[in-house]
Amino acid sequence: MKLKKILPQLLTLLFIVLVFGFFTMNAQENMGARGLEFGFGFLKTQASFDIQFSLIDYDGSHTYARAYLVGLLNTLLVAFIGIILATLLGAIVGVARLSPNYLIRKTASFYIEFFRNIPLLLQIFFWYFAALRALPMLEDAPMLLNSSFMTIKGLYTPAPIWTNFDVFFTTIIIAMIVIFFFAKYAKKKQEQEGKRLPVLIISLSIFIGLPLLTFLIGGVDLSWSFPVIRQMSASSYTFDGGLKIPPELIALTLALTLYTTTFIAENVRAGIQGIGKGQKEAAASIGLTQSQVLKLVIMPQALRIIIPPTTNQYLNLTKNSSLAAAIAYPDLVLVFAGTAMMQTGRAIEIVGITMATYLTISLGISLLMNWYNKRIAIQEK
Amino acid sequence: MFKYLKQLTSLVAVVAVLFAFTTESMAAKKSKTLKNTQKKGFVRCGVSQGLPGFSNADAAGNWTGLDVDVCRAVAAAVLGDANKVKFTPLSAKERFTALTSGEIDILSRNTTWTLSRDADLGVTFVGVNFYDGQGFMVRKDSGITSTSQFKNGISACTNIGTTTELNMRDFFNSKGISYEPVAFEKADEVVAAYDSGRCDTYTTDKSGLAAQRTKMTNPDDHMVLPETISKEPLGPVVRQGDAVWEDIVRWSLNVMIEAEEYGISSGNADMMKTSENPAIKRLVGTEGELGSYLGLDQDWSLRIIKQVGNYGESYKRNIADTGILPDRGPNNIWTKGGLLYTPPAR
Amino acid sequence: MTINHMNFFKPKHQKNRNISLIMGVLFFSIGIIDFYLNNYFNTNITSFLPRIINFFTPLIFGVIGLHLIRIEFSGIKILDSLNKNINTTNFNAALSVSIILLIIFGLPPLLNWLILDANFAGDTKEACTGGGACWVYIKVWFNRFMYGMYPNAEQWRVNVTFIGVLVFMAAGFFVPTKLKNYLSLYYVLILPLISFFLIFYLISGGDTEISFAFIASIIYFFLCFFIPSKKAKLYFFSFVPLLYIFLSLRLGESAYLAIPGLLWVETGAWGGLSLTFMVSFFSLIFCFPLGMMLALGRRSNLPIVKYSSLSFIEFWRGVPLITVLFMSAVMFPMFLPDGTYVDKLIRVVVAITLFEAAYTAEVIRGGLQALPRGQYDAAKSLGMGYWRMHVFVILPQALKLVIPGIANTFLALIKDTPLIFVVGLLELVGMLNLAKTNPKWLGFSMEGYVFAGIIFWIICYSMSKYSQKLELKYKTDR
Repeated sequence: MKLKKILPQLLTLLFIVLVFGFFTMNAQENMGARGLEFGFGFLKTQASFDIQFSLIDYDGSHTYARAYLVGLLNTLLVAFIGIILATLLGAIVGVARLSPNYLIRKTASFYIEFFRNIPLLLQIFFWYFAALRALPMLEDAPMLLNSSFMTIKGLYTPAPIWTNFDVFFTTIIIAMIVIFFFAKYAKKKQEQEGKRLPVLIISLSIFIGLPLLTFLIGGVDLSWSFPVIRQMSASSYTFDGGLKIPPELIALTLALTLYTTTFIAENVRAGIQGIGKGQKEAAASIGLTQSQVLKLVIMPQALRIIIPPTTNQYLNLTKNSSLAAAIAYPDLVLVFAGTAMMQTGRAIEIVGITMATYLTISLGISLLMNWYNKRIAIQEK
Repeated sequence: MFKYLKQLTSLVAVVAVLFAFTTESMAAKKSKTLKNTQKKGFVRCGVSQGLPGFSNADAAGNWTGLDVDVCRAVAAAVLGDANKVKFTPLSAKERFTALTSGEIDILSRNTTWTLSRDADLGVTFVGVNFYDGQGFMVRKDSGITSTSQFKNGISACTNIGTTTELNMRDFFNSKGISYEPVAFEKADEVVAAYDSGRCDTYTTDKSGLAAQRTKMTNPDDHMVLPETISKEPLGPVVRQGDAVWEDIVRWSLNVMIEAEEYGISSGNADMMKTSENPAIKRLVGTEGELGSYLGLDQDWSLRIIKQVGNYGESYKRNIADTGILPDRGPNNIWTKGGLLYTPPAR
Repeated sequence: MTINHMNFFKPKHQKNRNISLIMGVLFFSIGIIDFYLNNYFNTNITSFLPRIINFFTPLIFGVIGLHLIRIEFSGIKILDSLNKNINTTNFNAALSVSIILLIIFGLPPLLNWLILDANFAGDTKEACTGGGACWVYIKVWFNRFMYGMYPNAEQWRVNVTFIGVLVFMAAGFFVPTKLKNYLSLYYVLILPLISFFLIFYLISGGDTEISFAFIASIIYFFLCFFIPSKKAKLYFFSFVPLLYIFLSLRLGESAYLAIPGLLWVETGAWGGLSLTFMVSFFSLIFCFPLGMMLALGRRSNLPIVKYSSLSFIEFWRGVPLITVLFMSAVMFPMFLPDGTYVDKLIRVVVAITLFEAAYTAEVIRGGLQALPRGQYDAAKSLGMGYWRMHVFVILPQALKLVIPGIANTFLALIKDTPLIFVVGLLELVGMLNLAKTNPKWLGFSMEGYVFAGIIFWIICYSMSKYSQKLELKYKTDR
């Protein structure tokens, strides 16, 4: 009987060893024939190429390792903005899908059915090559909100200029910590004495008041630099000052948001519908107001159903952001597995590092979600 | 028990077979590109995805261009018919991998010969069929007539992973101009971005600029600036490790150039058989056994000249007459002031 | 609830009700007409009001109008259903009016562009004179979009192959009940083989050769089926590879049987929508058994099997498809012996299959988990071994549960196929990108994307509706 357990495992092990051994042998041989050595030393060499959009300081004289970092930060930026927007929009559309209003309901389901059934790549292409290319040239662009310009070269908005930003930042962190402890204290007080403190108002005032204080006495100052048009030649212009958001980023974020919203909306709808009617009736029967029912009864249970698949969608959004390689947005895949790989020829190392990065992000989010799931899981009998 | 023994034996048999195959293919690693080409009956040539003048397909699927002619010359030499070529359009990203993995046997794709590529990618450059340099293209109505008029904040479109991307940076750095690089993978997207106004300038090899200009909505609205900011010797590439095939491709190209040097063209090649000049006699095959050194027959060079023409004819047909670059510039025979100087075919 | 306190128009008597109704319709219509005139005729009947209010007059009038017709229990059926659906509160009324205005704003220009001003007839770019979409462009390039660079004269082969595969797929529904047991074998093993051969001979074409050694081995393989004793059967089976090697070494390289074929079309020329279907079809067919194996492995108790399946699944689920395709295009050739060249299309199908198999494995695992433990226990109590139990009891039930999940995976697969442009294969979206840069047809990118969007939408929407239908059908079974 022992053999029955051991033999399949042995076979599997043998199979894996054979496959990996075959690949490794060939790879070593092929690389030897080309005079290439397997190694990560190339990361320390100079990159020699510039990147269009970077959150950190970077130019061609930095190393490939720093180029990798730039690509990674760009990916995380798109993922972050996309996740926030998709969650907000998804919640709205998901709730709208359940509205008693016929028009709103139909509009929401039309939206979901429309954007869900068109491939994401096609949507990205549409937004970038068709829609954003139709924007006006810089000299013709109308001014929005008295400060910003939406042009074919990107969105130009005013940029904030801080003095003593670190003071401001630490104050915000301190305010959040204070609010956290205050909320705990208020909850404890409510459970012990039944007295309810106006938590929301006090938290809000702390959150707004403390940072404002730094403006007055902390030496923090905020000024704005506005984009000003400058003529470079007889027909081309540019904007000086201000913040420039490249159209590649806008197209990618827009397409990702619209696409992922459909899935999140469906999750929200499933979550809210998954709560039995009995819950709402029971809550009403013990005298809770509408908003209390929402906050204390419906949302916690709905969130339990909504959050796991939604976290999956966040993961999908992060992975889908790799499609930036199709338009010229310098995310991890385009910068590292595209330009860097073409310049150095080290396919195995670079593709390996890229896949490892995405794996780490995926596994990290999965672990986080598993921990959260365990924490809120209802103990079944 | 017996059952498991049977399973084990079959497993061992399968494993033995697998190993036999791998060792077999490893032992047979000696390069056989020539043999395979002759067995298949066509030359596998990697070209661009559509660059007028160098490698471009028409609506019926026929490929023409300067790079195409190099492959056709090899086909004429090896297989006897210049039309026995299969063209594989490749992007910049996959061009070298296609070559090293065995998908193609010659990469003739206006590829710049650089040290890092020659030494580090497992490929060998076998010659230069076009001496070029990198330049910039701008709209005529911008009023810019020289790169010295570039201002800070200019946006430049190019292809990713090419020497142009690196040279562009060196150029703007040396001038101290801050610029915005917009890099796409496909040349068509670069052209579209520049054409629509997304970028102020488009940079690549000057031959590429001239060729891509024909693909814009209004070619006459654009001009190529006079400055050349780098050396871009373009030439065919083969896999490292197959010396015979390297020589065949190298000398097919050299034959085309040397034929023009001695005045042999597709029109007068047969007449030239009666010439007294020993160099010409060697090229048309009436003297010498050059073909046998390469594993080819006597008429290999004659076929190249007759079926594809000499370098001048190829240039005229593909690049001058189509209006891309009427002036040959450095791409002329050394006796006429150009850079094309080949080792003698003897 | 608080806004309704402004119900100072709430009518109490019949007469007032009618007046209120008429006034409401009037206000509403004024709002709509104002908006319509603003947008399409550039006239502004309310220009005497300050600018901010002027911008919102259609909305305000509409909301007032809807408020006036919000009469409870009016007795008019249409009015009641209207009120219940879009007019319950003022907030809802405002939203409804906004949506109606949005439709008025967007729909006519869209229809104009799509149909009314569009050009349908013609052959060249000059035929596109109107301001609308140039469907001539799609018409001219239609063959390319459907078949890629496949030669026009040979496109009948692609059609025949697709019809043939459909026929074989449908044939599974018409078998007599006696053979129904072999249905799963048919779908998992025989159908892929048949389709592969159809594609190989019809679409790819070209002359092929089969070595005599190979033919002999196949004949020996089938002969082994007739050996009655099971033990002896296995014993003789194991000699098939040895026989093949022995014969091929002895007979040499020249012992081939040549089979003439149709004109050879290389896989680089395949493209368009037909390529989308081919890639999706083969990926689905192969990822299904692989996913099943992985799901079973994930749930097994043997540690090595379990953890290797787990790491395989988590690896493929954690990386984006585009890096997988990069890997297959650029990295994979390094892992093969020098000089072996695997066709690009095969590499792509293998990559997508492995990728989707991981997701399929998770879906099937969900189905396996959903089965009550009683099934496992009952099967074991009947003395069934691991494989018997799974093949006859567990898998049929589990697969029925996960059919919607599989349909979802197939949908995701179809939506993922445009990514194969990174390896240079041009399916529909790739052909679009190629066509839009053709010098004779510049500037029609919008039409191309709309066309592809419509096609994908039709395919994906019908598939999702079908999977919903399947889900309902199989739900009632349990």
